[in-house]
Amino acid sequence: MSSTSLPPGLQIEKVDERIMTLNVGPQHPGSGHMRIIVKIDGDYIVSADPDPGYVHRGEEKMAEYRNYILNIPHLERPVIHDSCNVLYPYCLGAEELLGLEVPERAKYLRVIASELNRCVYIQYWLAIYGIFLGHSTMFMWPAGDRELLIDMLEKMTGARVTHSYFVPGGIRNDVPANFEDMLLKRVNYFEKRIKEYAAVFAGKLSREDAIRLGTTGSTLRASGVNFDLRVKEPYDAYGELDVNVPVLKEGDSYARSKIPWLDMLESCNIIRQAVQKMPKSGSVRVKLKPNPKGGNDEVYKRVESGRGSLGCYIVSRNTPEPYRLKLSVGSFRNLICLPYLLKGEKLGNMPAVYWSLNYWPVEADR
Amino acid sequence: MLKDLLTPQNANVFVGKLGDVLVKAVDQPLGYAINWSRLWSLWPVHIETACCSVEFGAASGPRYDVERFGIIEAFGSLRQCDLVVVQGTITRKMAPRLRLVYDQMPEPKYVIAMGACAITGGLYFDSYNVLPGIDGILPVDVYVPGCPPRPETLIQGCMLLQEKIKRLKAR
Amino acid sequence: MSEPETNPVEQPASPATPSSTPPAAKPATTPPPAAKPVPVKEIPPFEKSIADKVEAEFSGKVKVEFVKENRIRIKTSKEDVVQVAKFLRDEMHYDHAESVSGVDYPAEKEIEVVYHLGSYTDPQLANQVLALATRAPREENPNPGFDSTRLPSLRDVFYSVEFHERECFEMLGVFFEGHPDNRRLLLPEDWADLPPLRKDFRNKGR
Repeated sequence: MSSTSLPPGLQIEKVDERIMTLNVGPQHPGSGHMRIIVKIDGDYIVSADPDPGYVHRGEEKMAEYRNYILNIPHLERPVIHDSCNVLYPYCLGAEELLGLEVPERAKYLRVIASELNRCVYIQYWLAIYGIFLGHSTMFMWPAGDRELLIDMLEKMTGARVTHSYFVPGGIRNDVPANFEDMLLKRVNYFEKRIKEYAAVFAGKLSREDAIRLGTTGSTLRASGVNFDLRVKEPYDAYGELDVNVPVLKEGDSYARSKIPWLDMLESCNIIRQAVQKMPKSGSVRVKLKPNPKGGNDEVYKRVESGRGSLGCYIVSRNTPEPYRLKLSVGSFRNLICLPYLLKGEKLGNMPAVYWSLNYWPVEADR
Repeated sequence: MLKDLLTPQNANVFVGKLGDVLVKAVDQPLGYAINWSRLWSLWPVHIETACCSVEFGAASGPRYDVERFGIIEAFGSLRQCDLVVVQGTITRKMAPRLRLVYDQMPEPKYVIAMGACAITGGLYFDSYNVLPGIDGILPVDVYVPGCPPRPETLIQGCMLLQEKIKRLKAR
Repeated sequence: MSEPETNPVEQPASPATPSSTPPAAKPATTPPPAAKPVPVKEIPPFEKSIADKVEAEFSGKVKVEFVKENRIRIKTSKEDVVQVAKFLRDEMHYDHAESVSGVDYPAEKEIEVVYHLGSYTDPQLANQVLALATRAPREENPNPGFDSTRLPSLRDVFYSVEFHERECFEMLGVFFEGHPDNRRLLLPEDWADLPPLRKDFRNKGR
């Protein structure tokens, strides 16, 4: 019965001796430094334990020392290539606390900036996905095409990636003259270009589990759940625009990487609509009192970012600084399904599954 | 005549002297050649520590294309690399790992501190988990300021590093 | 319509100087917030109906703190939080937690943990977020995991809170009983200071 009674050649290895622990990261050929502690049995993953926190910078604690305006630049740093979307819920929350009303033109410009940023984010994500899979063209094409839209954002805001464009009460400044024509031209070209990206994937996430694990964004929509805050809880000008959210049913990592790509096409549509419906002139920002104080209140605002729903919870206690500020980010919420998806998967599929979760380590650690 | 001079007793001394003569003759041109070959093929480690990696990625993309200047695209294997571009914030959890990465690289190796966070802590000067600059853990060759630096700035920093390598004594 | 004064938390501190604090005296000074009609906010009926259902089920055990557009906040004690969460999941179809945030109130010697719940399955609830708040006692000299700052874990009710509760444990020292894996998540392994999001932990130079 016991293995010692068998002749040496027939002895069965104990299971725990076969299992090896492998440390992936924090330096690995993909992007972002996150460690995944993987236990493997031969080529199959037995369990995976993500270990984030290598870029934990204490943003939430820092926010308690800065007033509502000073909080803008450091709160966009978690995802600098999606900085408008990261600031969006914070600005919405601060507006509700400070009782500000955003001008109509600013609402549309916010939509445009946010959609441009979504495209820029997804292009970078695709490029890194290419590096993960060892595909050189998949890096070069998106990395080159995203510069088109970065140019437009630079014209709008004055910075390549860290825009600090949204402020409580509107946006920082109006766009230059002839911006709309330039934008439409670029967006049309961009749309034509990304249609050329015709893109071996694994890691299946069923609809029920996607809901149970509380995933969000592309991970959720690839599993057949039609949930996008731009439609379900429209903020700013999204209520007046026609947004068709892509949803796929497969739930594997190919579907998860296709959803952002379809999102970019949708973003082009939204930008065109927004340019059409936008008031041609008008103020873009309401005047702010110096050092404004929030009341004795709390808000929870959420928007759809490149990585899914992004919530901002602000507790205010009659001070110029937020009493507590918490960012509930899509990357952190999707991280929970990584151990779940990797279980039983082959080790070689790990990069494809990991990056298909639309994960940005800096955001998850905050 | 050479045979008379080269007795078993003084062979070591003789070879040593000959080596000295040779080094004096070819050291400078050889050093120049070694440095020249080094500076046009700097291999950065693929270690992305924070948000500046976005601009590093853009710099190796088609528009900015640092390969034109002899900086090859970031590479996964530490044993073949000779340049660490510290891309942004180093937290207390990351610092020992960064040093571990640096220690595993073969000599000679160079360090570029990219972005305000890597230089002084930058925007996160009062955070409880961020190092105030990476000088404490790595010897930095070139500082590239900015938050984040534009790809052009990074390229300029890389060219400064090449200039520095050119003037260093070849090790 | 007793909702506008939402939180009775730091009420006693502020009304001492009514002349110099315009934000504290909200009902009296109508001119400053005239741009936005704050006092005449209507309670939305759908949200009100959800809050009423919860209140009817747990009469006396829960307190509805505010009902705003798309947002409800319910406060309950730590003994009842699992029951309330189960009710919200099974009867009200809230199926996932979006975030778990801890807020430190040193003046009241309490740490509040807020679960923001949302729903994917019920299309009516798609734009609703329900904040379920509960409080744990706070200790002056925390010893995370071994002191009385404890709450029951909601991980068996909402699977998605697993990492959020781990984060809350290391950031505020609230130990979640019944959580399978209360290890450290974001902080360095050698962190030996106070939990950083407590108010008595000060950043350097501040």
